[in-house]
Amino acid sequence: MDKLIVSPSPHLHSSCSTKGLMRDVLIALAPAVAVSIVFYGWRALLVLGVSVASCVLLEYLIVKYLLRKSTTVGDLSAAVTGVLLALNLPVTTPWWVVFLGALFAVGVAKMTFGGLGQNVFNPAIAGRVFLLISFPSYMTHWEAPQGLFGVDAVSGATPLGAIKEGLMQGASVPDLMAQHGWTYGQMLFSNIGGSAGEACAIAILLGFLYLVVRRVIKPWITLSILATVALVSLLFWGIDPARFTDPLFNLLTGGLLLGACFMATDYVTSPMSTAGGVVYGIGIGFITLMIRYFGSYPEGMSFAILIMNAAVPLLNIWFHQKKFGRA
Amino acid sequence: MARRTFSIGGIHPDDAKLSRNAAIEAIPLPSAVYISLAQHIGAPAKAVVAPGDKVKAGQVIAEPGGFVSAFIHSSVSGTVKSVGVCKDLSGKAAPCVEITVEGDEWVEGVDLTPDLVTDIPADGKAILEKIRLGGVVGLGGATFPTHVKLSPPPGKTCEMLIINGCECEPYLTSDERTMLEKGEQVVVGTALLSHVLGDPHAVIAVEDNKPEAIAHLRGIVERLRPLGGPYAGIEVRSLMKKYPEGGEKQLIDAVMGRQVKSGQLPIDAGAVVQNICTALAVYEAVQKNKPLVENSVTVTGKGAARQANLLVRVGTPLRHVIDCAGGLPDSIAKVVSGGPMMGKAVVNLDAPTLKGTGGLLLLTEAETRRGAEGSCIRCGKCADACPMGLEPFLLNRLARADRNDELEAASVQDCIQCGCCLYTCPANIPLLDIIAVAKARVLGIIKARAAAK
Amino acid sequence: MIASVNTLVWTVVIITGIGLLLALALFLVARRFRVEEDPRIDDVEHVMPGANCGGCGFAGCRAFAQAAVAAENLDSVYCPVGGNDVMKQVAAILGHEVVEKAPMVAVVRCNGSCTARPKTSVYDGLKSCRVKSNLYAGDTGCAYGCLGCGDCVAACRFGALSLDPETGLPVVDENKCTACGACVKTCPKGLIELRPKGPRGMRQFVSCRNRDKGPSVKKACASACIGCGICQKTCRHGAVTVTDNLAYIDPALCKLCRECEAMCPTGAIHGVNFPKPLDKEAVKARIQERQRKEREAAAAAAAAAADNEKKEA
Repeated sequence: MDKLIVSPSPHLHSSCSTKGLMRDVLIALAPAVAVSIVFYGWRALLVLGVSVASCVLLEYLIVKYLLRKSTTVGDLSAAVTGVLLALNLPVTTPWWVVFLGALFAVGVAKMTFGGLGQNVFNPAIAGRVFLLISFPSYMTHWEAPQGLFGVDAVSGATPLGAIKEGLMQGASVPDLMAQHGWTYGQMLFSNIGGSAGEACAIAILLGFLYLVVRRVIKPWITLSILATVALVSLLFWGIDPARFTDPLFNLLTGGLLLGACFMATDYVTSPMSTAGGVVYGIGIGFITLMIRYFGSYPEGMSFAILIMNAAVPLLNIWFHQKKFGRA
Repeated sequence: MARRTFSIGGIHPDDAKLSRNAAIEAIPLPSAVYISLAQHIGAPAKAVVAPGDKVKAGQVIAEPGGFVSAFIHSSVSGTVKSVGVCKDLSGKAAPCVEITVEGDEWVEGVDLTPDLVTDIPADGKAILEKIRLGGVVGLGGATFPTHVKLSPPPGKTCEMLIINGCECEPYLTSDERTMLEKGEQVVVGTALLSHVLGDPHAVIAVEDNKPEAIAHLRGIVERLRPLGGPYAGIEVRSLMKKYPEGGEKQLIDAVMGRQVKSGQLPIDAGAVVQNICTALAVYEAVQKNKPLVENSVTVTGKGAARQANLLVRVGTPLRHVIDCAGGLPDSIAKVVSGGPMMGKAVVNLDAPTLKGTGGLLLLTEAETRRGAEGSCIRCGKCADACPMGLEPFLLNRLARADRNDELEAASVQDCIQCGCCLYTCPANIPLLDIIAVAKARVLGIIKARAAAK
Repeated sequence: MIASVNTLVWTVVIITGIGLLLALALFLVARRFRVEEDPRIDDVEHVMPGANCGGCGFAGCRAFAQAAVAAENLDSVYCPVGGNDVMKQVAAILGHEVVEKAPMVAVVRCNGSCTARPKTSVYDGLKSCRVKSNLYAGDTGCAYGCLGCGDCVAACRFGALSLDPETGLPVVDENKCTACGACVKTCPKGLIELRPKGPRGMRQFVSCRNRDKGPSVKKACASACIGCGICQKTCRHGAVTVTDNLAYIDPALCKLCRECEAMCPTGAIHGVNFPKPLDKEAVKARIQERQRKEREAAAAAAAAAADNEKKEA
């Protein structure tokens, strides 16, 4: 080198990069994706493909032709949004609905705020809620697991939806549980109806463990959501088991695990400090249950995350890290 | 089990101690030395020699320019060629004395024998005066005059002396080699420092990636313990490896479990911290009458011609030091004076070494070139890494907008510029670049406000 | 029907009542907490440019208006952006004498383009002059010159500064420059100076700040001031002084004769907005001719003096 490089310290950098972190999230999502394909077959693959392709393509086009900046799809964040959106949709969703969801997720929720790092709401959740409100018919009728190898296609409501409907017709929770024959084992290992990503709780937890072990995320947000849901539903269930579902049922259904492990922990839309994260998690857990128990929608995870996303700037002002030498 | 590391933040970079097995070797003298008069914190020293004067090694060539200042001695024997300015490693002009080297003659009274002198003078004041006359400054990086640090303001007492042997910067090994090769002198120097401070408990803190040094020092401490006095209160403690353990505040936290309050000095928490090499310099100044005119410099790097620890006279041109370690390979794109985390990039290889020069790190372009800056993804990794519990992402935003009040409220003045934030940032945002500038500005505002009161 | 009319009436009555109550509350509160303020502050603020640039030394236009109203006269308050036009209006409002000032413009005093001043190192930090100058002398051999990161461009609220991609140096658009001085404060090297715009925009200045000795300056930059002093010797108006190896042209004394510019060996002296390009050789010849005549006159005078002495003797 004829000219020396000069820069302020430090002179080395860790191997950690945005792309690497996003790659880790994709790896962590791989079990859930694999399980959804095994359980739901080619249609899961179709939804996934359309979702990822449209998210990446839309971001590329928006950045190139609307913002006129250098391309950002290399950081893989659009791909992560695509996978998360796909996992949050029923596999029966038509491809054009998936595309519209991606358009809202990337085009509105992400890029209008300025792209990666600037968005207030989690793009995938925003996309899903947009579809939930715009196309309720496609979004509320779920496909029960049908499988790559099976042929017994059964469609119906999700457990939470069935309970909500049943309660409105005057039935009690234990009756409904018995009527549908759901078991917790089923919920853990093979789904009983829901979006593509909910097929198997174990697959999601596996991904979550990977993220924690790789130090991509800290576990506190997820744990505080799960703990809040468990404790609050325990309280209600203890008061009236005929009206309120039990804690384990609440933890294992309605996309709660997927949301708690992958959506609520999104860097951009969650608080920076651990204390803020715990409060954020408590908020999500509580709001989710309130919607499930008292709201008109059967499940509330997406709404709860969106509501708490909006509170994040406030939490970032209220909660800071403990400073050294300042009591 | 005592706490073994500091409580907030920190990172674990690869320690890359490539040169740890290279014994310290004295290098041939250069043809001329350029001794900077501003190589300590505080007022520059005032030259007391004129061009044409003959000087011997160890002779005073500049006197302190204020209370916080230090004596400067000639590191070689020869003729003063000029008293003026020379460019320092960052290309900025610094006051400097140029001496042409002729032979290697030392002033009277300097004991150059390797014999160990363990007797501690009874009078602490006398020790302090010898440290002052020896031009000893802190060799851990800040080069704060040692005698000033050893004179606590009235009403404050030192409860613990901590000798910093952490060498938490990756790559650097000169402290480790000093502990292994001059362990006895370091321990005697520790006893001397401790005696000046009224014989408090003294802890030599070493990170556990240097087990040989820890064992070696423990053996010496046990051997010398029967001598009593300050020797009885010396302990060697192994700390968990974590950067920046060698930061003064972090070290006090790790060893004593006390956090120096913001804006206060270590002595306010009852601690005085000195570097291993400072202890050695104190030993030489007090027991051997040898002022601080040479120090050990690590020359290392994955792309370096060879890994070396060199004993270098103060004022030797950096180019000469690098040449003694095999020269500068073509692949080297950056030369850093100091460690990779806090060292300064060298632009002028003709600049001289200073008392505080501890290492020259040679980096290739692939190792050191910064990645393209991306968007902040609010991952919070910088805040997790910050050992002062600050929020670099926030400071970065405020600093770019010049919002000084908010910067002060966010404690930018507490930043120790360790570089953990920038090292960690996945988006390669140059956090510390701008935070360091903002910190200097806010400190200036705080000082001006205090002066106005 | 009757019921609905009743509803309508009641609605109107209640809403009106609430409205009146709130209006009363507002009126009372406004009276209770009214701040007595000189109405001229509003008047002055009204004629200000409204840029809130701080170029006057106050926080913004309103702060300036307050200071101007409070001040005894207008000696210490001047809006550089609005210039004499605005100050005349302010003076009219306040009934003070107007203090007219010559219009100023920002001048960048560095000449070291990429070709004249070759890079000696590669800077790899944040693109900010503050950061860069904090770190080291700069990526060229000159420790005084432009760092080229454009802090001044970012500081300018009027879009008057831009970096010339060719030279790497900032360029002032004098039509947009309001001489607010933001760039002057921002430049860590102190390169930018506010100078009088000059008659028809014509002005001369030394475009260099390097105070090193000649030989080392020459090595670093081909177009720097080397402190040779030729300009000082050439100038017949005493406008040029060389201190610390650096020439400076006092705008108050400069007569814009361009002789120094013609004589400068490195081209460090700039003249702008002159109607004709400088014919260096002609000016040099003129100066040499004049100097020859002066020498002859001096010699003749010396001879005459010697003659006189002889005669007296």
